[in-house]
Amino acid sequence: MAIEIQKVKSFITRYNNEKKALISILQDIQAEYNYLPQEALKFVSESMGIPLIDIIDVATFYRAFSLEPRGKHLVTVCLGTACHVRGGPKILEEFERILSINAGKTTKDGEFTLETVACLGCCAIGPVVVVDGDYHAQTTIRKVNSILKKYRRKEKKNEECQDN
Amino acid sequence: MKNVKTIKSIKELEKAIESQIQARESEKKSILTVSAGTCGQARGSLKVIKSLENAIKIENLEDKVKVKVTGCHGFCEAEPNIMIHPQNIFYQKVQPSDAEDIAYQTILNNKIIDKLLYSDPISGKTVTKENDIKFYKKQKRILLGDNALIDPTDIMDYLSIGGYGALAAVLSHLTPKDVIDTIKKSGLRGRGGAGFPTGKKWEFTRETLGEPKYIICNADEGDPGAYMDRSLLEGNPHRVLEGMLIGAYAIGAREGYIYVRDEYPLAVKHISIAISQAEKLGLLGKNILGKGFDFQVHISKGAGAFVCGEETALIASIEGKVGVPRQRPPFPAVKGLWKKPTNINNVETWSNIPLIIENGAEWFSEIGTNGSKGTKIFSLVGKINNTGLVEVPMGITLKEIIFDIGGGIPEGKEFKAIQTGGPSGGCLPQEKLDLPVDYESLTEAGSIMGSGGMIVMDENTCMVDVAKYFLNFLRDESCGKCLSCREGTQRMWEIVTDITEGKGKKGDIELLEALAIATRDASLCGLGQTAANPILSTIRYFRDEYKTHIKDKKCPAGVCKELIQYLIIDDNCTGCLACLKVCPQEAISGELKKIHVLDQSKCIKCGACYEACNFEAIKIV
Repeated sequence: MAIEIQKVKSFITRYNNEKKALISILQDIQAEYNYLPQEALKFVSESMGIPLIDIIDVATFYRAFSLEPRGKHLVTVCLGTACHVRGGPKILEEFERILSINAGKTTKDGEFTLETVACLGCCAIGPVVVVDGDYHAQTTIRKVNSILKKYRRKEKKNEECQDN
Repeated sequence: MKNVKTIKSIKELEKAIESQIQARESEKKSILTVSAGTCGQARGSLKVIKSLENAIKIENLEDKVKVKVTGCHGFCEAEPNIMIHPQNIFYQKVQPSDAEDIAYQTILNNKIIDKLLYSDPISGKTVTKENDIKFYKKQKRILLGDNALIDPTDIMDYLSIGGYGALAAVLSHLTPKDVIDTIKKSGLRGRGGAGFPTGKKWEFTRETLGEPKYIICNADEGDPGAYMDRSLLEGNPHRVLEGMLIGAYAIGAREGYIYVRDEYPLAVKHISIAISQAEKLGLLGKNILGKGFDFQVHISKGAGAFVCGEETALIASIEGKVGVPRQRPPFPAVKGLWKKPTNINNVETWSNIPLIIENGAEWFSEIGTNGSKGTKIFSLVGKINNTGLVEVPMGITLKEIIFDIGGGIPEGKEFKAIQTGGPSGGCLPQEKLDLPVDYESLTEAGSIMGSGGMIVMDENTCMVDVAKYFLNFLRDESCGKCLSCREGTQRMWEIVTDITEGKGKKGDIELLEALAIATRDASLCGLGQTAANPILSTIRYFRDEYKTHIKDKKCPAGVCKELIQYLIIDDNCTGCLACLKVCPQEAISGELKKIHVLDQSKCIKCGACYEACNFEAIKIV
């Protein structure tokens, strides 16, 4: 993926070039590209004078960062304790089975990235699955396929709209 | 927040508060309060708000009623819920399609809509008023109660419940020492988990030489199953800020940080709005209320690391580094953020401060037990009828929380255990239900208060699986600095995993106990030191369940996949094809109205058939 150096630069200047803002800068890059592109990290390293190894250290320590490109749709299965006792792991297994990927990975066609989170604090409606920011409450094994279909369909619809 | 003038003195602030209180009291319109915290929004409260606003317009009721969007009311089970004042009506699980009825029947014609009322799961009776609902009855909602009164994105609304009055009182006639003495006298202890006396902590930081001093609000609520801090930040962010302002004045800090979990976007949004409004009003910034007191607050967003809830790791993270804890002492009070004296308290602790100042130390210390004062908010979740945030006086028993407030276990199942304190806590069985909830009792029983997660488990929860769950969490979140924690949590997880997969051996339980104790004793920070709790407490109270897994290769709760089988009970099977249709493996065969057959060699134990069957014809053995 080509990155726009100007954009990355603006993230750095947003925090006055301060080294303490490294995590915030990485968060902004991640929000823009959905992952941390290598060139962006190199640029941050050179312009802020932070060794690349230290940046990679931070980027791999925190769960929120990804060094690999993520899919068009982000599926997050909550595995907090409440969701766990209500069957969250079975929901995750079903996503893994249908998408043929393990948690943390992206499907080959780049459509879906499957992730887990250790609690979103919506325990009353567990097991919770969040797709692209939409919350799906009281998920069951049988609902998994229809959730995925909905986003696949959305995609198709959007494409059709663009074709027209 | 249009055309708001800066408030320059205590008198002006007091006047502003007074006029907002009067405006609230003389309000002629009915108020329709809709809860829209993360949980409410996830259940569609934003659509409900839109429909209500539309319906009010259509019925021309704009001068009779106004819609107020608030944070979470705590009763997650009933979301989206609305309250109507002054009529004092509580409607639950409201759908957008109910909006017209609410406007026409309730607002215009004063009629109550029965189907929207809460119905008690035990008696089946419907309840109209919020306070008559059992869930709320035994609670003491000194913190959470205000969530339902105010729009968290409007500082004036906070003023209208007397907000920032405690700050005015502090700056007008209390010295920093007076404030610290009051907090000490109140008996307030840290709500983040460890329970250190707050006043003492403040005093240490104040008395340490070194400038500048910092204060931090720990909002990195990483415990799975705990979300009270999120609810306070979302629903009443100004109270947190007011608490921090008072703390900063007492400690002598001019800068503060709020370290908040990035997984809580709404909390980040609301606290950001609150900070900018307080700045505009002159309650944050330079020379606050003309008293020569400067204080500003920054937000630092976490990036998903549980260990950053530990104070030295949190400090490292604010500094932009990897969140790895360090040896204490020196404590942050001596060497904290950028090696300067720093005081860290959690969201709930900060929220208590304005209340203590306003109502006095005695008022606060009258609530609770000898060693644990005030209230504590718990998130009551898992296998429980009334899921939600409950605020109770310290000293209440677990039984009261689970059965009186929580309404017991759903589907008539048996209670099995309650897990408190998150991954650092433990599981307590039936015989501990009379335990009063305070810092000491919970620790003695092998668990901890922690930040306040309470996960209820029923007969279908496997305790070995629960231990495995927490160990998996801990090994994943261990920062890796201490060998004891890095390897200890990993090895314990491997052993417990073996046990759940039918590969457990004689001596495993004893080995787990030894590993747990070593991990506890040799680790540097709270994560490792408490990592033993989930394993030790489950072994202590549920040893037989471990033994059954190891010896008989059975999981009595029917959870551990390798040890169970799904079977079709011929007598119950109606031949409805439901299970057959959902089986992804085509492991079930049969025809309509004929008993179905499950081929074990094809079954992947996904549980889809069990979920699909309406006749209890599939059992787990």
